[in-house]
Amino acid sequence: MGTGKNSKIAEIINNSKEELLENWLKEQKKAKAQHTELISEGELRHRSEELLSLFVRGCLSGLEDTSTEAWSEMRDFLSSISRNNARQGFSPSETATYIFSLKQPVFALLRQELSNEPDALLDEIWTVSKLLDSLGLHSFEEYQRGREEIIERQRQEMIGHSNPVMKIWEGILTVPLIGTLDSERTQVIMENLLQKIVDTESSIVIIEISGVPTVDTEVAQYLFKTVAAAKLMGTECIISGIRPQIAQTMVQLGVAFDDIMTKTTLADALQYAFKQSNLDIVQHQKRA
Amino acid sequence: MKISHNETIHLGASEDISYIRQKVRKWMVELRFSLVEQTKIVTAASELARNTIEHGGGGRAQLIVLTDNGRTGLQLIFEDNGPGIPDLELALEDGYSTGSGLGLGLSGSKRLVDEFDLKSKPDKGTCITITKWRLN
Repeated sequence: MGTGKNSKIAEIINNSKEELLENWLKEQKKAKAQHTELISEGELRHRSEELLSLFVRGCLSGLEDTSTEAWSEMRDFLSSISRNNARQGFSPSETATYIFSLKQPVFALLRQELSNEPDALLDEIWTVSKLLDSLGLHSFEEYQRGREEIIERQRQEMIGHSNPVMKIWEGILTVPLIGTLDSERTQVIMENLLQKIVDTESSIVIIEISGVPTVDTEVAQYLFKTVAAAKLMGTECIISGIRPQIAQTMVQLGVAFDDIMTKTTLADALQYAFKQSNLDIVQHQKRA
Repeated sequence: MKISHNETIHLGASEDISYIRQKVRKWMVELRFSLVEQTKIVTAASELARNTIEHGGGGRAQLIVLTDNGRTGLQLIFEDNGPGIPDLELALEDGYSTGSGLGLGLSGSKRLVDEFDLKSKPDKGTCITITKWRLN
């Protein structure tokens, strides 16, 4: 059969495009392929029409494989739909069903046109089915990629925003750590901290870890390294916010914070930092 | 002894360590373990999962809920098909590490749990089973 030279798919679809579009839109509605609140009917019609013409164009150039150059326009169009779906909050099934819902109306059309040629009908249905399956998979993969892009972007944003180094007093910095510490995050935190020490000429840093859910030997090691690096720059580190359950776990684990000043709360740490900086907190009596 | 719940988690990359930490934490909350017990087991799971990935070249962890004479416990089995541990006694010594860590992961984990079982065969792999029973 070669590359479907005898195939009439493109011709058949092209001749009944209007009818096919109407039937497809009906099918989409039935299959709830697209959230009606998330996309307008006009937009959906426009998009489906465009997709149908691209499908015909693809069929004209080759029916064997949708990964070829000839199908690239169709693939790109599907990619943008699928990625938008991912961003807009469509579900994976909604995205895949969009393409799959084209099967029923196309099959019906082929049956109507080829009712006298059962062999040809079977061949054509098989061909279309294969094409739509591979396009469906493509849109699913693109949807997935869209989701991954979102996750990666959020992760980057989190790395950027979740490690603030703040000056809370002249010469005193604080780093509130929140969430899971891994080597990449620790690296970013350490770099930010050391730079800020230089910028603000700080002599004391309070590392607040009450927002870190688990402190294992790796996290402890990261903390030690950060403290050691700060120390090399002449800055003293205080670790605050060690919760009771973490303290007990540390002791049994055998991790000793021997040379590091630790305080229960940020307030205790700040008080200690004031003392180290020869600052007194004075409470004034109310004047009568 | 009865197994009432069982799940296997693949350990391949370092992201899987935070996944298993979350999973263990969730199970322990459901089993009403105290906060201290939760923290201890989550920490031990974190250490052993990291060993499985870094030294064992990846493997799997099995989470099992045990009930025995009215007692409830959580058992975790870490298994890999890596190079194995040549000297078990040395590996369980505080401060001994073949990597660049603190060398407290294995010995420390042992202290954090109620039962600790370590089996290892050269070139076959390592299997570590830890169990924590809930204090009623």
